[in-house]
Amino acid sequence: MKSFILFTTFLFLLVSCNRKMAAGNNPETASSTLTLRFENSAGNQRVAMNGDRYTNATGEAFSVTLLQYFISNISLKKTDGSVITLPQDSSYFLVKESVPESKQITLTVPKGNYASVSFMLGIDSLRNTKPLAERTGILDPAGGAEGMYWGWNSGYIFFKMEGHSAAIPDNKAGTKKFRYHIGLYGGMNSPTVNNIKTITLDLKDKQVAKAGPGKKPVVIINTNILQMFTGTENISIAKNPVVMVSPFSKYIADNYASMFSLVAVDNQ
Amino acid sequence: MKKTFLSKRLVTSLGLFLAIALAASFTVRQELFHQPANFPDPVYNTGANPVTDAGFTLGKKLFYDPILSADYTISCGSCHIQAAAFSHHGHDLSHGIHDLLGTRNAPGLQNLAWYSRYMWDGGITNLDLQPIAPITNPVEMGDTLSAVMRKLNSHPQYPGLFEKAFGTDSITTDLVMKALSQFMISLVSADSKYDKVMRKEGASFSPDETLGFQVFQEKCASCHPEPLFTDQQFRSSGLPILEEGDEGRYLVSLDSNERFTFRVPSLRNLKFTFPYMHDGRFYTVDEVLDHYASGISHATRPDPAFKLPDGSYGIPVSPDQRKALKAFLLTLNDTAFVKNPLYDEAGSQLYIK
Repeated sequence: MKSFILFTTFLFLLVSCNRKMAAGNNPETASSTLTLRFENSAGNQRVAMNGDRYTNATGEAFSVTLLQYFISNISLKKTDGSVITLPQDSSYFLVKESVPESKQITLTVPKGNYASVSFMLGIDSLRNTKPLAERTGILDPAGGAEGMYWGWNSGYIFFKMEGHSAAIPDNKAGTKKFRYHIGLYGGMNSPTVNNIKTITLDLKDKQVAKAGPGKKPVVIINTNILQMFTGTENISIAKNPVVMVSPFSKYIADNYASMFSLVAVDNQ
Repeated sequence: MKKTFLSKRLVTSLGLFLAIALAASFTVRQELFHQPANFPDPVYNTGANPVTDAGFTLGKKLFYDPILSADYTISCGSCHIQAAAFSHHGHDLSHGIHDLLGTRNAPGLQNLAWYSRYMWDGGITNLDLQPIAPITNPVEMGDTLSAVMRKLNSHPQYPGLFEKAFGTDSITTDLVMKALSQFMISLVSADSKYDKVMRKEGASFSPDETLGFQVFQEKCASCHPEPLFTDQQFRSSGLPILEEGDEGRYLVSLDSNERFTFRVPSLRNLKFTFPYMHDGRFYTVDEVLDHYASGISHATRPDPAFKLPDGSYGIPVSPDQRKALKAFLLTLNDTAFVKNPLYDEAGSQLYIK
């Protein structure tokens, strides 16, 4: 009896799976993929964590030992004006300079011509307050988000960059290390700094991304970390080697909102 | 043939049901989490994490297990001791791994399901997220969450205990925190003399306590309202700045109006939770009352609640009023709570079946 029930359940599951797969193959609702490829640079140089030195707007030379940031809440606008918003649960990504695969985000999208792409740098305020059961994978503070979550001030770190600069005055440890850990989603019970930034890149500047059967466009995005140091407020590493939960973080976030630019659309 | 089979099944299920019901009536000696009659509805969503025998038992084991620290030396219970109403008995500040010292006084743990924010600065917005802070704080338990998950998943007992509590032996952040929360919200303290008077359970205040209750209502209740004896707001007590100059809630809210403010602590179990204030600077209730009488410093922008008609700050009480107030405050001590074997580390096997 038991085995019969198990077998029937198995058959039922098999059938339902097949149905889903069939729906995926339906030409009416055919889906393709669109890839966002992030290339981290410092001006004209590629970011490398091998001691290479870059120079910021203040003229300070620095090297990078860690660079990672959350990209989330991705939406795409078609040339006909319709907007495709990716299912939120599968719309959180952590781009890590040290993990090449993480710099390519491949999205399943309906076929069509895409004119622009929008994404959040950071994690939306709602997800910052969700139960842990809804923070798995890349959002799990013990998993993918380890090191990108503040346990003492509930919330995610959106952008993290660390490195060394000789411009930094000797601190107690004498490491001349800078640490920028930028987060803050605006506060749950009372308002605080909101460093969530939404970025929109117009693909038409280069060419629309054409997704369809056999067409899997790649949108190449340059993330220029030098932008973090310049804007309405220039950031001096010597003056502000450590910025985490502070009002000053706002200036860094305002600056890094403009660090993304479109390199090319590769309509493969 | 079929009929016999069905009726057999029916009898078996009925028997099973009775057996479960019987077992339940024997094992549930005391409701683990309950809402006292004189308490409002809890804030914690027990619907999403109902307290069960197995979950409570697991949460308690985790609470008292130093496996949550980097070098297996510090458990939650190291700094939250039952006899001290889950505060760190007599310590102004607490020492974590490698004898490193924290910057704030470990608060007592009680009635946590009625709080909407945790820690002295309210930086944590959900009880399920709270244990992450001490586990990962380098001067407390100094571990990483991923290491904790690895240790628990490869432990000889824990996977089985999670299976019992949550139906899966795959240990996740969510389930570890839920188990800890089940134990922590079960720490309900509502059996003090005050509670018994309020619930008309045969207790009554002495004349001194009655007068003290009046003084309390007039001078203290605006910030320490019943029945939790805290309004959970962030206020500055006008404590003079010591060398470290802890900026309190400002560090998480970045609101300059909240500089030097800390969460108003509950006055329940006051006798067990000394020393007092966010940095444990006062060891006696008298020192606290002396501070409020004449020690408030303008440097830390005292809360307007302390402002007197003449523009100065303080809570003046006459010697008789102070004596009465202290008598009333003693009625907030819940001896049954600090002695309840259900929460006792040594009794941690009680509920393992």
